[in-house]
Amino acid sequence: MSSRENILGRIREALQVKAPQPHLQAPLTPTNHPPQGKEWLPDGGESLTESLAILEGQLAKLKTVLVRVPNETLAVEAVKLLSQEKGWKQVAYQGHPLVTPIAQSLACQTWQADADFNKQKLEQCDVSLTSCETIVAQLGSILVSSQTSGGRALSVLPPAHVVIARTSQVVPDLADAIGQIKERYGQKLPSMLSFITGPSRTGDIERILVLGAHGPKELFLVLIDG
Amino acid sequence: MRISLFVPCFVDQLTPQVGLATAQVLRRLGHTVEFRSEQTCCGQPSFNSGQWDVAREGARHALKVFRGSEVVVGPSGSCVAMMRNFYPQLFKGQPEEAEANDLAQRTFEFAEFLVKKLGVTDVGTKFSHKVTYHDGCHALRELRLKEEPRQLLRAVKGLELIETEEGESCCGFGGLFSAKFPMISTAMVQVKGGALVRTGAEFVVSSDPSCLLQIGGWLSREGKPIRPLHLSQVLANEAS
Amino acid sequence: MSDPKAIFLKDASVSTADGDQRAFIRKALGGYYVNRDLQKARFRSWEKARDAASMAKWSAVNDLGNQLEKFVGNFEKNGGVVHWAQDAAEAREIILKIAADAKAKAIIKSKCMTSEEIHLNDALAKAGYGVVESDLGEFIQQLRGEAPYHFVFPCMHVKREAISELFTKHLGTAPTNSPEELTMIARRHLRQLYVDADIGISGANFLVAETGQISITENEGNARLTTALPKIHIALAGIEKVVKNLDDLAILLPMLATAGAGQPMTCYNTLYSGPRQKGECDGPEQFHLVLLDNGRTRLLADPEQRDALHCIRCGACLNVCPIFKNIGGLAYGTTYQGPIGSVITPHLRGLKQWNHLSGASSLCGACTDACPVRIDLHHHLLHNRRNAVKTNPTLFDRVFHFGFNFVIQRPKLFAFGGKVFRTTLPLLKKLPLPYLSAWLKTRDLPTPPSQSFRAQWKDQNHE
Ligand code: SF4
Repeated sequence: MSSRENILGRIREALQVKAPQPHLQAPLTPTNHPPQGKEWLPDGGESLTESLAILEGQLAKLKTVLVRVPNETLAVEAVKLLSQEKGWKQVAYQGHPLVTPIAQSLACQTWQADADFNKQKLEQCDVSLTSCETIVAQLGSILVSSQTSGGRALSVLPPAHVVIARTSQVVPDLADAIGQIKERYGQKLPSMLSFITGPSRTGDIERILVLGAHGPKELFLVLIDG
Repeated sequence: MRISLFVPCFVDQLTPQVGLATAQVLRRLGHTVEFRSEQTCCGQPSFNSGQWDVAREGARHALKVFRGSEVVVGPSGSCVAMMRNFYPQLFKGQPEEAEANDLAQRTFEFAEFLVKKLGVTDVGTKFSHKVTYHDGCHALRELRLKEEPRQLLRAVKGLELIETEEGESCCGFGGLFSAKFPMISTAMVQVKGGALVRTGAEFVVSSDPSCLLQIGGWLSREGKPIRPLHLSQVLANEAS
Repeated sequence: MSDPKAIFLKDASVSTADGDQRAFIRKALGGYYVNRDLQKARFRSWEKARDAASMAKWSAVNDLGNQLEKFVGNFEKNGGVVHWAQDAAEAREIILKIAADAKAKAIIKSKCMTSEEIHLNDALAKAGYGVVESDLGEFIQQLRGEAPYHFVFPCMHVKREAISELFTKHLGTAPTNSPEELTMIARRHLRQLYVDADIGISGANFLVAETGQISITENEGNARLTTALPKIHIALAGIEKVVKNLDDLAILLPMLATAGAGQPMTCYNTLYSGPRQKGECDGPEQFHLVLLDNGRTRLLADPEQRDALHCIRCGACLNVCPIFKNIGGLAYGTTYQGPIGSVITPHLRGLKQWNHLSGASSLCGACTDACPVRIDLHHHLLHNRRNAVKTNPTLFDRVFHFGFNFVIQRPKLFAFGGKVFRTTLPLLKKLPLPYLSAWLKTRDLPTPPSQSFRAQWKDQNHE
């Protein structure tokens, strides 16, 4: 018998005796099960205005820098300013209608990383510019994927990451984001989906917070109205 | 109400004043208090050591002793948790299962009985001292009592209640654990005891006499100024 | 000395005697408590969320066979390869074979406790591979040649000065006292290693049956890099990690972060459903998943403690455990420390050798209250104690408890025994008696009264 059969056999044998349900605080109702249980999780807001307010609070606490702009033209200006302030020289970006115009307007060396990917070259870049799938207000999370954020490494290898998105991409909570993904991709999921919640961090040394352990030290979200 | 007193075995032998104070408070509230003298121990030491078969023998004796009682009140969260929560487990599938479940339902911890069962929070006493309160883990987490003893203490005239850091930390008693793993148990009481001392209180009050044995034993060995006192002893104090 | 209990007693004696180190651990956890409470307060009902989280795991674990098969079917459909390992040796062989087939040289690892459980690093190093841990804490522990101290915070016991010295010795860097600078040293050191590695090895926090995805939770980004840059990604996971639906993660991910680290969400929560797909610009060409049993089906076969398989390894039970905080993580001598380790290790490694861990607890229950998936941790310690007596009774204990229960069934004998105890206590204190001497070493006993309660009651009430 194969290991697979052995293990599955042992599982089926073990499960012949039923286990009691966990000691729940409240008796079970059909709504105890996720995703309905989301009503007990942190609030994500009822309206877009509420969600945006919650999002702003979360991002600030997590040290994600939020830049709100009314339109795409000003988004270009905002990133230009940012790039001057930070002194970025090598910029890797994802080819995307929201991102490309911004990247190409920068007075630095820019490179569309998802067009001819090269990990050595990416390692040398100062910053990456990508789009994202969805933004979760409840948690301040930004969902990127291997299909719509320029692959796997682009959003995590350079020391800074700028995400360009629209306010219409903001959803209240994690369950909503998951629902959207299922709807958008069905059975053909991107090979990687990552909820990014703040810049990379560690507390491994004396539990003291340090940003930029391996991923980006700085994370910017440029949020365009509409 | 006719109250059957449950006096833990070590209270009987080492700190009888706790049992007497408990009876005194209950009587002052107008209740009849009886002590069934055949009682000994709830059997928890053996149960916690995994010796459920022998523990069952000892516990069976307790079932017999309290047969026919109206309510059982014990000044110990730990022993009451044993009778309330663990007797039903210990006797599951045994002939005494129903009796054990029944006793579990009419056994109460002292503070719980006063507040939840009698609806009394002010027993009309005075105790002009600074005290801090230690939650025994069994009272806190098996019986879910946290506010009840505090409500009683806050109503005591002249009493100042100071909460500690390490508020919900275990004192490290744990029954035979304290003697089987003395280094761990001692480390725990150092942490808890240190926090109690830092409150600057004169007394550490608890409704668990077993915790007080541990905390008091350590405080005394270390020559710390703060003294252990059972909740019933505070409440038994006559208002003058 | 190879008896785990003897080693435990010795190590715990040493660590509990180190007051500075114990204070250091308490201080290190101080910020965690504050942040955890802040995040818990954001939940509209933490307790009901715990209900939902525990039900999500309960329903998956109690249908484990079907859910695993569903998961594997979907995982394979997405282009991944599944390997089943009954024990540690088989898991190591599988991984060694993948590495040999790929003619790999350098391997980068992200944090994976399951790999500690199967002692993977040793096996890979012996076979000649260069293996580097990329999680900062694990990296430090690897350099120290020490097992993780805490399965979420691997090097929380190491002071910054020691880390600086370690880096100076192994990496040749200048000494520094700044956690920030130390972190940057590791960052710089590891970056090229990600780029050069042929294989990335990771763990998995959840296996989603509905979609065939694996979910990895991390803060540093090292797992993201480990699974993005090398040609081959191997994930190693226990079979109990399955959840039924992707929706379950909407509850489990925030709870894991809040309970485990006091965060709203861990920095990177990533779902992987296969190797690089058509139209994607990077990612591994091969994606392997090793599913490990290694004693888990034994735990599954115990319905009373089956819920221990719900564990999402958040570490909350360690963070609140007074035993853990005082003896430290290394004294356990186990892969999984703290309450959950004390519960499951006897199942994974044998009750006879490891039941002392269940004894080494005051049963305070802080762990059970902390557990986001409501595992009945401290009661399981009681269950392990009971099971150990059933299978391996020790003579002293049997005699002691038999004697004790003999006495407590006989009130007269009990009263007499009590009197003898009280009157001879001054003498008893001088004798090397079991339990009593251990107590008296650090604590006093109250001066016994001349009359017991029962005697005083009788006098006062004329009964
Ligand atoms: S047992 Fe519960 S608290 Fe402990 S690590 Fe597992 S999930 Fe977290």
